[in-house]
Amino acid sequence: MNILNYADAFFGDSAHWQDYDGIPVRLGEHVQYTLMALGIAAAIGLPVGLLTGHTGRGGNVLALIATSGRALPSFGLMVLMFILLGLGMAPVMIPLVVLAVPPILVTTNEAMRSLDPAPVDAARGMGMGEAQVLFRVELPTALPLILSGLRSAAIQIVSTATIAAYVSFGGLGRYIVDGLYQRDYEKVVGGATLVAGLAVATLLVFWAVARLAVSRGVRRPG
Amino acid sequence: MIRIDSVTKRYPDGTVAVDRLSLEIPDRSITVLVGPSGCGKTTTLRMINRMVEPSEGTILLDGVDIQQQPVNTLRRSMGYVIQNAGLFQHRTILDNIATVPRLLGWGKEKSRARARELMERVGLDGSLAKRYPYQLSGGQQQRVGVARALAADPPVLLMDEPFSAVDPVVRKGLQDELLRIQEELGKTIVFVTHDIDEAVKLGTMVAVMRTGGHLAQFAPPAELLTDPADAFVEDFLGADRGIRRLSFFSSAGLDLLIGPIVAVDASAEQIAAAGRAGAPYLLVVDTDGRPVGWGDPAELAAGAIDTDGLLSHGRPFTAGGDSLRAALDCAVLSPTGWAVAVDGEGRATGVVSQTSIGEAIRGAHAGRATAGTAQKVAP
Repeated sequence: MNILNYADAFFGDSAHWQDYDGIPVRLGEHVQYTLMALGIAAAIGLPVGLLTGHTGRGGNVLALIATSGRALPSFGLMVLMFILLGLGMAPVMIPLVVLAVPPILVTTNEAMRSLDPAPVDAARGMGMGEAQVLFRVELPTALPLILSGLRSAAIQIVSTATIAAYVSFGGLGRYIVDGLYQRDYEKVVGGATLVAGLAVATLLVFWAVARLAVSRGVRRPG
Repeated sequence: MIRIDSVTKRYPDGTVAVDRLSLEIPDRSITVLVGPSGCGKTTTLRMINRMVEPSEGTILLDGVDIQQQPVNTLRRSMGYVIQNAGLFQHRTILDNIATVPRLLGWGKEKSRARARELMERVGLDGSLAKRYPYQLSGGQQQRVGVARALAADPPVLLMDEPFSAVDPVVRKGLQDELLRIQEELGKTIVFVTHDIDEAVKLGTMVAVMRTGGHLAQFAPPAELLTDPADAFVEDFLGADRGIRRLSFFSSAGLDLLIGPIVAVDASAEQIAAAGRAGAPYLLVVDTDGRPVGWGDPAELAAGAIDTDGLLSHGRPFTAGGDSLRAALDCAVLSPTGWAVAVDGEGRATGVVSQTSIGEAIRGAHAGRATAGTAQKVAP
């Protein structure tokens, strides 16, 4: 039996489409964890990245925080949090947020600092206030890069959120963890395929968002 | 009037960018700040709209200290044009131009209508309205920059090296366009450049600044070229300032000879008569009177005129319309040493020798010494 047969068997089994352990439920949970972690990470990363980028201060501190954030192993962090905080959503969310903040923060800061200074100077010289400069000039121009930071954060969360299953939460990780435990490789392959599929879907969502939100003037061909 | 009153800009590290500068910028004219890099010309400009705050001294706008009003109100009342235009990449050309009207709270439609009006004024095709800045050439972008600065019809226009990043041909076009727009609108323009030729061409008044933020001389361009205040200004004006100064003298008074002009179908007697008119060569013109080329009187008299055998007449100058500089240039470049004068339609109105232009130059200098200021002639 090869992987395709496993996948075929997994998705062909109608039992996998029903009840609390069915694909729709697990997929829904996974999307929910992802959105929650991405939301929290963006709420931290975007304002800090925008402000430090706008003022041009604190870039070195950010780089340090980002590097240490990336160095932390998500699984280890989750187990540690589980021991410290006990069963709950927090031990799952903390490692995912720690994973997602650095790409958002660093890319946003980088996007802001690499902006052409001339339009920003022109904006101030024409009498825009600082908030207007930030939201009407800097942010729309930096948006493609900022979205790419959010996108890589989202992809990393989608693939890493599988660890939630180790501390008895749901999500697509459930199939992988249970499958390995039960030596049910159909489940393992099926779960992994779903995670990969969700990652691709995430890419598509970001592509669509970019089409809608980014001005044609800064969306260069290619 | 903008009055800069003993203004100093000192940075925290001790660098003095502008040192006790005083300057009165006249209304409805172009005042150029020119000087080498580090002379404080851009800092001076940026202090007028408070992009840089002076350390000492005051700047008065129509008698009122510019510190009196909120900084963004001040800035919205002054057009601001910078090098490379600094257009907003995410906005269409139309919305770029409509920026300040929108900031002032004009409605969207009114702002856009105004923006369309300005596109026309600065010579931009209306079809560019929906384009984005990256789709425009450097020269077009700079036109948008000027239109954007003019959008809310501010009385003052601040221009910081606006044309220095475009190639010379486009730059000349933009300069001519600015002079044309200024003729129509009569703004108070403060213009920063490091290019003395640009300063002389555009400026009603030119402030030459030297390193360290000192004012070296403040004078109309003709006076600057005639009478540089010191060795620094003289050096900065460059080697050919005597020639450039001729731009300010009209060619109207030149002693044009019409004798040496012969039509292409002239008779042998006419050619012989023209040969005695005092020029070593004869200018052959076509049946409409337009110059064709120079010919030797003896050869021309020998038979029917062969237009292929003539010497090039070079680029003619417009008598009265062009300056003495243009006339001299024509004579210097002409293979015969004689310049050809034409009227507005390109018909030859006379020829003039280098010697005769030289006399006119001496006469003009003598006249200048007594008459004072002269008007700038087609620079």
